[in-house]
Amino acid sequence: MKLNVKVRRYDPESGKPPYWATYEVPAEPMDSALSLLLHIKWHLDGTLTFRKSCAHGICGSDAMQINGENKLACSVLVQDLVKGDGDTISFAPLPGSPVIKDLVIDQTRFFEKYRAVMPWLINDTPPPERERLQSPEEHAIIEDATKCIMCGACTHSCPSTWADPDYLGPAAMLKAYRYTFDSRDAGSAQRLPIVDSKDGLWKCYTIFNCVQACPKEIDITRWLSALKRKAVTAQY
Amino acid sequence: MTFSHDIVIVGAGGAGLMAALYAREGGADVAVVSKLHPLRSHTGAAQGGIGAALGNEEEDHWLWHAFDTVKGSDYIGDQDAIEIMCQDAPRTIVELEHYGVPFSRNKQGKISQRRFGGHTRNFGEAPVRRACHAADRTGHTILHTLYDQCVKNHVRFYDEFQVLDLLMTPDGETCGVVAYEILTGEIHTFHAKIVCFATGGYGRAFKTTSNAHAGTGDGMAIVLRKGLPLEDMEFVQFHPTGLYRLGILITEGARGEGGILRNNEGERFMERYAPTVKDLAPRDLVSQCIYKEIREGRGINGKEYVHLDMTHVGEDVLLHKLPEITVFSRTYMGIDPVKQPIPVAPTCHYAMGGIPTDHDGRVERAQRGSTVPGLYAVGECACVSVHGANRLGTNSLVDLVVFGRRAGIRMAQEIQDRRNEPKPLLPDDPQKPTRDLLDAILSRTEGEPVVAVRTDLQQTMMDNVSVFRNEETLTQALADLKALRERARRVVVRDKGKRFNTELMDAVEIGFMVDYAEAIAAGAKYRTESRGAHSREDYPQRDDEHWLKHTLFYSDGQGGYEFGDKKVIITRFQPKERKY
Repeated sequence: MKLNVKVRRYDPESGKPPYWATYEVPAEPMDSALSLLLHIKWHLDGTLTFRKSCAHGICGSDAMQINGENKLACSVLVQDLVKGDGDTISFAPLPGSPVIKDLVIDQTRFFEKYRAVMPWLINDTPPPERERLQSPEEHAIIEDATKCIMCGACTHSCPSTWADPDYLGPAAMLKAYRYTFDSRDAGSAQRLPIVDSKDGLWKCYTIFNCVQACPKEIDITRWLSALKRKAVTAQY
Repeated sequence: MTFSHDIVIVGAGGAGLMAALYAREGGADVAVVSKLHPLRSHTGAAQGGIGAALGNEEEDHWLWHAFDTVKGSDYIGDQDAIEIMCQDAPRTIVELEHYGVPFSRNKQGKISQRRFGGHTRNFGEAPVRRACHAADRTGHTILHTLYDQCVKNHVRFYDEFQVLDLLMTPDGETCGVVAYEILTGEIHTFHAKIVCFATGGYGRAFKTTSNAHAGTGDGMAIVLRKGLPLEDMEFVQFHPTGLYRLGILITEGARGEGGILRNNEGERFMERYAPTVKDLAPRDLVSQCIYKEIREGRGINGKEYVHLDMTHVGEDVLLHKLPEITVFSRTYMGIDPVKQPIPVAPTCHYAMGGIPTDHDGRVERAQRGSTVPGLYAVGECACVSVHGANRLGTNSLVDLVVFGRRAGIRMAQEIQDRRNEPKPLLPDDPQKPTRDLLDAILSRTEGEPVVAVRTDLQQTMMDNVSVFRNEETLTQALADLKALRERARRVVVRDKGKRFNTELMDAVEIGFMVDYAEAIAAGAKYRTESRGAHSREDYPQRDDEHWLKHTLFYSDGQGGYEFGDKKVIITRFQPKERKY
């Protein structure tokens, strides 16, 4: 089939405002959305710019807005986006961060927020000679959160983040959950006050956009709710 | 600009991060320069496990792991290095656990371990549970945890800076690198006492690969261009189970959990080739067997694939122990592995060869001990050599954490030893070769697009230098590469801008690809025997008398090359016929 692929183009160097470019791209139903962009880049217009790497949903490079929803371009297929010949698929950068060029956003703030939550295991007791024990049940509490690939689809789908650029957002707080609820971690006293703050947990209004956007199907709002409960019971 | 650091590590996958972490803990000023954000590195795609004789599930010993690795390497891995790796693996994995890697657990709360190809108990008796894992996202959890630790330890990162040149003094001392900042299009000099390459593999040189788009082997080519050798480049691993046509990896852990390969007659064909370990034979053997089945007309529906049958394994195992590959099969093939077999075929997966190093990651220019001052390499781009002619599954992660750590410690020590020395002087106008290279590409108005050259390169490598090779196919590949070298020099880009010009980087990378593709093809032609992943149809036997040795490939950068040899280190295990 042939598809109309609309791409939100913007190059600050050009001095021109953002615009929609349309390309006619041949496609098969089982092609990934990323393959459409690669076709444009390789065969139609080498200036089209986007991030990509593993092309199977584990590196997190190619989160973008596809037909108005945040998705990983490599993990969604043409057949899930259109009905048939002549249909249109649109690509735009993730909303809520400055655009560097075309579909590439500036992730500086996104990763600053990640760094802010002390995203590492805190445990000052000397480790045993072998592994620290953790039961399968304890592991199960954090396993869903460890699937996170930091692609940013969630945080850039969150109306609270759009409204307040200082809000930590779901990805960073999910990381806080992942370590705080790790049975091996002893850092609640340090990490919880960071998320139990005006820019933290309480600006999560359980809108569930993050859950819908997550390409790894992580139940983010659920885990943030658990983190809220922990913050409440820990302090009050 | 010129940035100054004690140590510059190029690449931010598992090996680079591990080296950075330990060099930092050793007190050195470390910068990690990577063309991707570290979390985008391909270590994250490692699925099934990391091998170590922890013995959490059943009796196991590091020496059994070492034997399996030596046998897996078809006796060309260096046994002193393999002993170090297998002996150090349990401790290093425990250390990863202490860093917070969320490994899957067994009922006792210990790290869960499963079976993997070529890993056996008691020197080949039967498969053993040795692969520590976090479901089938082991590499992902290790990469993210190591990055978290690097952030904690204030490692300095230069993300999306692509290194294009290595700087050396006229005396051959390492003094830094030149990098292109993708965001701004500026060229920067990094002045350092030590440079460590951790740039990963080159799977993208082949049409079908499990590797990321970023897997273009940059570091290998940059080092080769300095007159330094690449070792054992003829050994290219094809993973037996890539998704048909796409090449996306389906972990060997699937067979570790009981998956079976079947041909068009429904036959479990690996029983014929490897009666003891069957589907858990090492990758070289399984890939060769799949192609034999296909050639003898037993591919599924007459096509070039076989089935990986997981239907008897049960939904519970698929959803909990192999969730990622279950999703991949559903997403990309429309196949539900709970009910249907998965169509698979070999996919280019791993570079056994690379930049020759000693046990601490120090690069060597020829024979053992001939270290290049200040230059290190770790991970897939390096060749220690622990994988020899065929790497066992799980051993890539072991390699990068064990030798990444050792290199980090050694680099910190070297910085300490050299603390009173100034950095070696930079050459005059260090950025000139890089600037000239980029200007030449940007100013060209006529020529072929990169994709035309890259597609042809990937096609000839796939057709002529993949699982089976012979004199004729390799001669063809080398002739093709000669023409491709000229074409790569004349590619044209449409994007002339400074800002995030990834097309320009594609144009540079195609030059790198030609350089090491030639090393692979020439090495394969040179080695007139079959060993491990290097299967010569015209020389089907292993020939220890002439070829129990490493090859060193040197290039003049113009299509001229020569070979050197290096002895294989044998400690405990004398070469034997390899049977599984």
